[in-house]
Amino acid sequence: MGQQVINGLFLGSIYALFALGYTLVFGVLDILNLAHAAVFMLASFVALALVGGAHLPILAALPLAAVVAGLIGLLLDRVAFRPLRARADSNISGLISSLALATVFEAVALQVWGPNVSRFPLGTVPEGRPIPLLGAEVSRLQLVTVGVAVLLFVSLTWLVRSTRLGRELRAVAESPRAARILGVDVDRAIAAAFFISSALGGAAGVLFGLAYNAIAPDMGRSVELKGLAVIILGGMGSMPGAVLAGFALGLFEVFVVATFGASWRDAVSFAALFLVLVLRPRGLLGAAALREA
Amino acid sequence: MRFSGRFALVVMSAAALAAGGRASAETVVKIGAALSMTGPAAVYGASQKAGIQAGVDEVNRSGMLKNVKLVAVFEDDGSTKEQGIAVFQKFINKDKVAAIIGPTLSNTATAADPLAQAAKVPVVAISNTAPKGITDIGDYIWRVALTEAQVITPALKRMHARLAFKKAAVLYGNDDAFTQAGYNVMKGALEGLGIPIVGTQTFAKPDRDYNAQLTALKALGPDILMVSALAENAAGIVAQARQLGWQVTIWGGNGFNSPAFIKNAGPASEGVYAGTAWYKPSAEPVNQAFLKVMAARGVDPDQFCAQAYTGVLAIAEAIKLSGMKGGRDDIRAGFLKVKNLPTPVGTFSFNKDRDGDHTPTLQQVKGGKFQIVP
Repeated sequence: MGQQVINGLFLGSIYALFALGYTLVFGVLDILNLAHAAVFMLASFVALALVGGAHLPILAALPLAAVVAGLIGLLLDRVAFRPLRARADSNISGLISSLALATVFEAVALQVWGPNVSRFPLGTVPEGRPIPLLGAEVSRLQLVTVGVAVLLFVSLTWLVRSTRLGRELRAVAESPRAARILGVDVDRAIAAAFFISSALGGAAGVLFGLAYNAIAPDMGRSVELKGLAVIILGGMGSMPGAVLAGFALGLFEVFVVATFGASWRDAVSFAALFLVLVLRPRGLLGAAALREA
Repeated sequence: MRFSGRFALVVMSAAALAAGGRASAETVVKIGAALSMTGPAAVYGASQKAGIQAGVDEVNRSGMLKNVKLVAVFEDDGSTKEQGIAVFQKFINKDKVAAIIGPTLSNTATAADPLAQAAKVPVVAISNTAPKGITDIGDYIWRVALTEAQVITPALKRMHARLAFKKAAVLYGNDDAFTQAGYNVMKGALEGLGIPIVGTQTFAKPDRDYNAQLTALKALGPDILMVSALAENAAGIVAQARQLGWQVTIWGGNGFNSPAFIKNAGPASEGVYAGTAWYKPSAEPVNQAFLKVMAARGVDPDQFCAQAYTGVLAIAEAIKLSGMKGGRDDIRAGFLKVKNLPTPVGTFSFNKDRDGDHTPTLQQVKGGKFQIVP
């Protein structure tokens, strides 16, 4: 029982991290960036190259890979979204062009690293004895992953609530035109949001690669839909909601697997999502907290 | 421009004719190889490609087929049914191959093989191990791979004699014909031995987290965990089981028979058992020759490579037995006569169900390598 709670929290922390970046551009700016999962994957490969090729310690490779992911995010914005922004249906066309870029990223990864599943070299994370907690075994990696997720969540909340960039972002979310009139550089604010969002997605990718030792060009697919579900479950644009929903989905999935078997996992999870949306259309913390803050 | 383009074409075809004319005595027999170069089964596809190319080159070099020259055409089936069908259509209608080797996964074979059966193109399955739904598609579908039942049932019996386990748990992929078939065979083999299955859990091919399933099974206290999975999932399952501090005996199906499994699972793979169709250290001359050929190519062969090579040998033998004729029906007629053919996997025959027939072995990971359990 205790072990399943740990499994759920661990899985949930990865969902939460992935969704956190996703929700920054989706929930706040109303842009659905379908290449988020591809950035997640690329960052994992970048970290693998830094650790395996350049022999950097993982503590240096993780932030570096996140920065590279952020830069890919800037590229994404510049190529897939910005040229379309002036159009009336820019959200839909942006969605399609980000899907195109996601396909390109996956094809590039396939060419560069091949289709096989790769893993970080053994001993990337120093293996200590698992730490006993509540009658369960917790590995250091699991503790670090949950810790990093919480840390990044707190810093992002602080950034959006209390910095100038955060205020600009909220203004853009409210109305890009009004923000522009008030002197906000809208393109720059959106680019910054993409950088942060992709860096978070990248960090999630590296942690995922470390946790499950499975880095492959199609690894993003296992979190793509879940991330979307988590955003909606948590309440659009609510970052605390995304984190809460991420952990909730992780725990819920683990318990469905343990009680009903894995075949039921997605069916029951998405049925629960459906139910939440029927009963509480705005999601768990659905006051769209960010916009009103 | 238009004229000169056409002129160039004429010159080129003339040159091609001349070139063909010089080698007039040579008949080219095309073999289409539909292999998973991408997708979840990509780890097997690369190995199979190396085995087929080596087999084709060796047959041509040996001169056993006199004036018949084998040429392999490779296509990626993407580990999916849809792409597998497209590749088969290309082989049958465009490349006009004499025989098809593949596809890598049983799942793909169930969808693509009926096309070849309808077009009367012989297919040699080199890695489809689902007991049902492959060779029973029709009389043009043959297989050199042993089925899961042919490998697992005798190997598990040997294993039980050694370890006398009493309670089993099973974890299998339920979205793939091969892993599902592996599960059915494991279940049947355990029932045959009178071993109760205390728990059964499933996963899907794209899954990377198996902690929940493993934790649930661990709580039931089995003394053997049977896993039916492709190598990519298998590595994650074994690594995560050991991370949970679970030291149970693990038995893997055919999907474990890949160096990729040991590489990705790392030290967690130590002690894992699997049944295998190929006894790598076999001293038989044909096996030693095969190992030498692969070493010269810089390939560390696995079971899939050996079976792929065997597939080419079976086709070559069929061509020889039908009097050096490489038509589609000649090859099929030749298959009927293939008996006791020396191959890397052992002395090989097709049985009356067109399935491969030779003796399997039990192996265990020791020191980062599969070693034969005597």
